[in-house]
Amino acid sequence: MTNKKYDLIILGGGPGGYVAAIRSSQLGLSTALVEAEHLGGVCLNWGCIPTKALLRTAEVYNLIKDSNEFGIKTENVSFDLEKIIKRSRNVSKKLNQGVEYLLKKNNVDIIEGWGKLAGKENGYNKLSIENDNSISSTIESKNIILATGSRARQLPGLESDGKMIWTYREAMIPEELPKSLLIIGAGAIGIEYASFYQTLGSSVTIVESLDRILPLEDKEISDLAHKAFEKRGINIFTKTTVNAMKTTENNVKVVTDLKGDNSEITVDRVIVAVGITGNYENIGLDQTSIEINKSHIVVDEWCATGETGIWAIGDLVGPPWLAHKAEHEAIICVNRIAGVEESEPLLAENIPSCIYSQPQIASIGLTEEAATSLGKQIRVGRFPFQGNGKAIAMGETEGLVKTIFDSQSGEIIGAHMIGSDVTELIHGYSIAKTLESTEEELMRAVFPHPTLSEMIQESVMDAYDRAIHI
Amino acid sequence: MPIKILMPTLSPTMTEGNLALWIKNEGDKVSPGDVIAEIETDKATMELETVDEGVLAKILIPEGTEEIPVNTPIAIILEEGEDKSQLEDMNLNYEKSEAKTEITATEEIIPNQDLVSSKESAQILDDDILNSDNGNPNATSNDQSRIKSSPLARRMAEQQQIDLSLINGSGPNGRIVRADIEALSSLDTPVGKNSPQVYKDEHSDFEIVPINNIQKVVARRLTEAKQEVPHFYLTVDCEIDNLLGVREDLNSRAKNNEFKISINDMIIKACAVALMQVPAANASWSDEGIKIYKNANISVAVAINDGLITPILNNANRKGLLTISSEMNELVSQAHAGTLTPDQYQGGTFSISNLGMYGVKSFQAIINPPQGCIMAIGKVEKKPIVKNDEISIASIMSATLSVDHRVVDGAIGAKFMEAFKTLIEDPLGMLL
Repeated sequence: MTNKKYDLIILGGGPGGYVAAIRSSQLGLSTALVEAEHLGGVCLNWGCIPTKALLRTAEVYNLIKDSNEFGIKTENVSFDLEKIIKRSRNVSKKLNQGVEYLLKKNNVDIIEGWGKLAGKENGYNKLSIENDNSISSTIESKNIILATGSRARQLPGLESDGKMIWTYREAMIPEELPKSLLIIGAGAIGIEYASFYQTLGSSVTIVESLDRILPLEDKEISDLAHKAFEKRGINIFTKTTVNAMKTTENNVKVVTDLKGDNSEITVDRVIVAVGITGNYENIGLDQTSIEINKSHIVVDEWCATGETGIWAIGDLVGPPWLAHKAEHEAIICVNRIAGVEESEPLLAENIPSCIYSQPQIASIGLTEEAATSLGKQIRVGRFPFQGNGKAIAMGETEGLVKTIFDSQSGEIIGAHMIGSDVTELIHGYSIAKTLESTEEELMRAVFPHPTLSEMIQESVMDAYDRAIHI
Repeated sequence: MPIKILMPTLSPTMTEGNLALWIKNEGDKVSPGDVIAEIETDKATMELETVDEGVLAKILIPEGTEEIPVNTPIAIILEEGEDKSQLEDMNLNYEKSEAKTEITATEEIIPNQDLVSSKESAQILDDDILNSDNGNPNATSNDQSRIKSSPLARRMAEQQQIDLSLINGSGPNGRIVRADIEALSSLDTPVGKNSPQVYKDEHSDFEIVPINNIQKVVARRLTEAKQEVPHFYLTVDCEIDNLLGVREDLNSRAKNNEFKISINDMIIKACAVALMQVPAANASWSDEGIKIYKNANISVAVAINDGLITPILNNANRKGLLTISSEMNELVSQAHAGTLTPDQYQGGTFSISNLGMYGVKSFQAIINPPQGCIMAIGKVEKKPIVKNDEISIASIMSATLSVDHRVVDGAIGAKFMEAFKTLIEDPLGMLL
């Protein structure tokens, strides 16, 4: 019996996988996508999308809580947690169906099952597909892209139990609102959940082992974020570790040094948000030359692994572990496989990162510290939300826009923002950096007034001592 | 009378071409043989030479224009004494008449002048390179606005005094980007990253000449030849007084210069005949075995602007000197005009390269794989020789054969050289 052959097989239907499949189809390649759980992967179903839906609820709730400021009387405001969660699940479901539709429209064969690399035959790479623990079929292609994504990293001795100690998944579908919540890890996921739960009324404590929250962001922004969250009542402890956790029927007893000694605190629930680990296990890598480094597959700038014809993208490979990075790798990789020359490898410095807490945080390129430690001569410009007309009109005066330039060439080295809606503004810098614009183009471009985006221009002008509005 | 320059027909099947680049600008003086533009077809980029003298008065088609039908007027040359007002009256439309302006740099083929290697000869212009862009699309001397570059790259180039027109951009659509400028700067920065001012002066010390695809292919093949082919060399000095005499005699028979046989034509014939006498030297190396050819298809190295091409004189063994001479004239004209088709320069069983007119005494050419041999001809000079135990003077020409030892061994090579020398020294032998 001969196995069905495809021009390209993709293992995993998350943002990396399904984008690769659609691109592959666009280029006229016969494509199969193998997915074990649900199309859209973590991003659509248990990550980016549902959390944004939840955070939207938090945003609306916050606005309502402040409605008096805007002249609106509200009374007896309450919320229905079940409905909040249901809405986010519906959003996921809608997009999940959307992805299915797109794949079908592009004639991608969607195969349900657990895929595993199964050796080579006559120059073709084989992929076996298992359903209910037995192989239901095997397909072949000269090229296979692995896009199996990642899952929450567990700390030894502090593993989640799915009931009282949560990972991002359980945190997304709480049956009831925890009165007190401990979040371990102050990266993007930890911060977003902190923001959400605090808004709904939980007493939130964040514990971070490094010396600041959001350690990957620019320090100035991390510090501003820290102050903003504390102002909202989130308790933050940096340089603090959790040493042990014990669950009871109703709560979790956590041994931590946040009080200086190894005392025990009791909280209703814990969210462990200490990073992710690539899903490289049990997909048939042992018989290949594929190299793993710190739980991620090693690839070159085109996403090729050490095994001919096997590629890997997204969370399965190196950082940053962001959906848009996976999507771009998908396209670059497929273009490469198909022999289309338009792509260039991704530059990490041109990949933005966004955090949808309140206040939001968005950044791209090097932090001020990184630029300085690389020996670059820089010019830094800043503009506060307080100075922006739209921000004041909106009642969102908390925030900062910061732009960093190479003082010699005017290259945009980095941009860092904190405040309302900045996640929708950072793309301006993406475009500018991709086009290799300098401060001149950013000064010359006409930004509409009154918008928050004008702060981008003003911060640029500030870097050159030409700001008008401060 | 203003002269119209038309889009040339570079090959029998060409119907349209792209005007890749204007080498001369409006107002420039032009002389016969000057390259005025580069024309690009889907097979190759060729230089367009003018045979006229005057001033390039008007460029009708801007560079970068594509799909221009052949015979479309692309420029006007005004001769001495003419001025621009004469352009007004001209009909600048498509002309069906034969384009006569772009053929040949030289009207009179001077012996030994055109069959030249300025570099070692190589069979070039494989099909795989002929489809891609040739030359530097940005190389315009005065028109900075046409150079595609990112704002950052432009500023960096300005700061480092790098001429953008010399760079091939690696960005989208040939755009020059930061990485391209950085690559140039990194070549000679003596100090670390923190002193950007340092390399300002050093860039005025050199000029980067972009490598076009033909040059890349030539470079690759020559390197391969030198690395993989076991070359050895055999030299003979030939007394060519007899040859010169025979040549003079033959040419005296030409009425009104209807033909002019060159020394090179005779060398081609001599090689061809010698190859028939020593067939083992007319061979090439292949995985299936040594191919011994039945006819002598001689690749003759011709120098053209910025390069070298080897048009083939087929079946030289079966052609008389007259035929060889006129065919060579035709091939050389075509080479200069850029109208040679691939089958005219790809192939061949034996090569000849002549640097004599540059005063080179002798040299060792690089074999054109898969051919087995290449003959390198040096200059003719009068030398004292010993004849019948007495000193006399003879015109001596040195010939060196480079041989692929896998195909032709020393004995065969020597036999061939002996046959060649005999024929050169006693040309009547070629009649047999």
